[in-house]
Amino acid sequence: MMPADWLVNWRCGGAPLGSPGMALLTSRRSGVSATESPAPVGPPSTRTRRSPRWRAVLPPVLVLVGVFALWQLLVSARSINPAVLPGPRLIVASTWADRANLWPAVATTTVEAVLGLALAGVVAFAVALAVDASRTVRASLYPLVIASQTLPIIALAPLVVIWWGFGMVPKVVLVALFSFFPMAVGLIGGLAAADPDALNLLRTMRASRIQLLRRVKLPGALPQFFTGLKISVTYAYSAAIVAEFVGAQQGLGVYMTTAKNAAPIRTDLVFGAVFVTALLTVALFVVVGLIERLAMPWRARPGR
Amino acid sequence: MTAVSLELRQVTKRFDGRDGGVLAVDGVDLVVGAGEFVSLIGPSGCGKSTVFNMVAGIAEPSSGEVLIGGQVLEERLGASAYMPQHDALLAWRRVIDNVTLPLELRGVRRREARARAAPLLERFGLAGFDRAWPWQLSGGMRHRAAFLRTVVTDQPLLLLDEPFGALDGITRADLQEWLSGVWAEFGATVLLVTHDIAEAVLLSDRVYVMTPRPGRVAGVLTVDLPRPRTLALRDDEAFAAVERRLRHELNAAMVTAGEFAEP
Repeated sequence: MMPADWLVNWRCGGAPLGSPGMALLTSRRSGVSATESPAPVGPPSTRTRRSPRWRAVLPPVLVLVGVFALWQLLVSARSINPAVLPGPRLIVASTWADRANLWPAVATTTVEAVLGLALAGVVAFAVALAVDASRTVRASLYPLVIASQTLPIIALAPLVVIWWGFGMVPKVVLVALFSFFPMAVGLIGGLAAADPDALNLLRTMRASRIQLLRRVKLPGALPQFFTGLKISVTYAYSAAIVAEFVGAQQGLGVYMTTAKNAAPIRTDLVFGAVFVTALLTVALFVVVGLIERLAMPWRARPGR
Repeated sequence: MTAVSLELRQVTKRFDGRDGGVLAVDGVDLVVGAGEFVSLIGPSGCGKSTVFNMVAGIAEPSSGEVLIGGQVLEERLGASAYMPQHDALLAWRRVIDNVTLPLELRGVRRREARARAAPLLERFGLAGFDRAWPWQLSGGMRHRAAFLRTVVTDQPLLLLDEPFGALDGITRADLQEWLSGVWAEFGATVLLVTHDIAEAVLLSDRVYVMTPRPGRVAGVLTVDLPRPRTLALRDDEAFAAVERRLRHELNAAMVTAGEFAEP
């Protein structure tokens, strides 16, 4: 129920996540569309034209609710041992009861995931700019960027822990390793896809390379960058948790391990942490979506 | 602004490649007097756009000279204002910021750049749309915005590369008439590349006809019609006569090049 409620609330423009930061973002966005829609022929505001959001969200939410209901029924009817498969009701209740322990874990893993994404973003920008700037760099670096994906990054988890210990750094590094590729490929592709007409036009205006980059290439690459970032976001928490499994003092991975090793075993809390992780990933995805809208105000066209 | 002349002397462009490369433009001689409106017409593939890129400074001729204002410039980039085939408005800039882009690149302050462009918006049919995004404009408005961007710097030489090619017939005719009027006001030297015979006749003082592959000048036609010219002129017998002559020149050029040769 919880995820469903939350999604519906957000999609309908209700209080998102209940955090002030998010509320600010949404209200700002609606403010923009209200005051800045360039009047005269101004196409109707994006919000009114689009079919209500809940129509898109409702069906999957209903399916989800159905699955959970079925699960609950099955567990209750056949009185399955909760150590093997706890029902959703028990999972929610125990997780909520244990929130004091869960919260610091959530905070730690979130910081790792966000920092890892940020690090990957910075490196992806640097690599993409280098690849874009010179043919030699492109020829020598780009194949390696692609080839880097053949490495089993997950198998590097023990290595990063060996190198950087049990603190936050190895987690951030592993998240960055996972999320670098989609962002880098998105950026490199986006920069390369810049409109040659526009580039030539700016050249006739004697634009410098930096000016070409800032005014044509980078803004044009943003959509592809955000596509990459959204893919990366879905890896971020998982990568942080894997790194925590290998060795950590705090975090969702530690929380899961502790619940697993408890006597009696706390399968309900493991499930709880898994669901919380899924929710966090969705939340991060939504935040990135909001940032994307703010970063590209020109894309607020109807039907998009 | 004082208009400048443009002159091409035996300009040749060869693109390197297998089999000795491709000869795109072959010994083109062309003169556009200061303040004159000259068109370059020819079938697609006749090297019109290549000539253009060479004048604009995007490409270098393999041989021959490009003179602007009677001089071979060290750097032609920035010596003319260029309007590409597709409007090339930047989607992420509002109309006003697209229009002031060339000023901005020259280091003109934003406020001053906007102040310079603002009074022109109305003349270009863009009043009230300065804060709009390009996608919110109609095709005709996009082209007027692109043209305003071309003239906002007061460049004495304008290069228009099939500026209306992508538009529907009604909008195109409307813009041609409009351009004719605006040009009379601005008085810049214009070189227009087109494959539209009526457009060339309506707008130009003289029309150069080019042959396809390799692009050579097949002939020059003086359009001796009174100005200001409006679309109504198209019904005129004199207009039709020039149009007919130009069409024949063009056909002859194609035949010479073997494009229309009888089997």
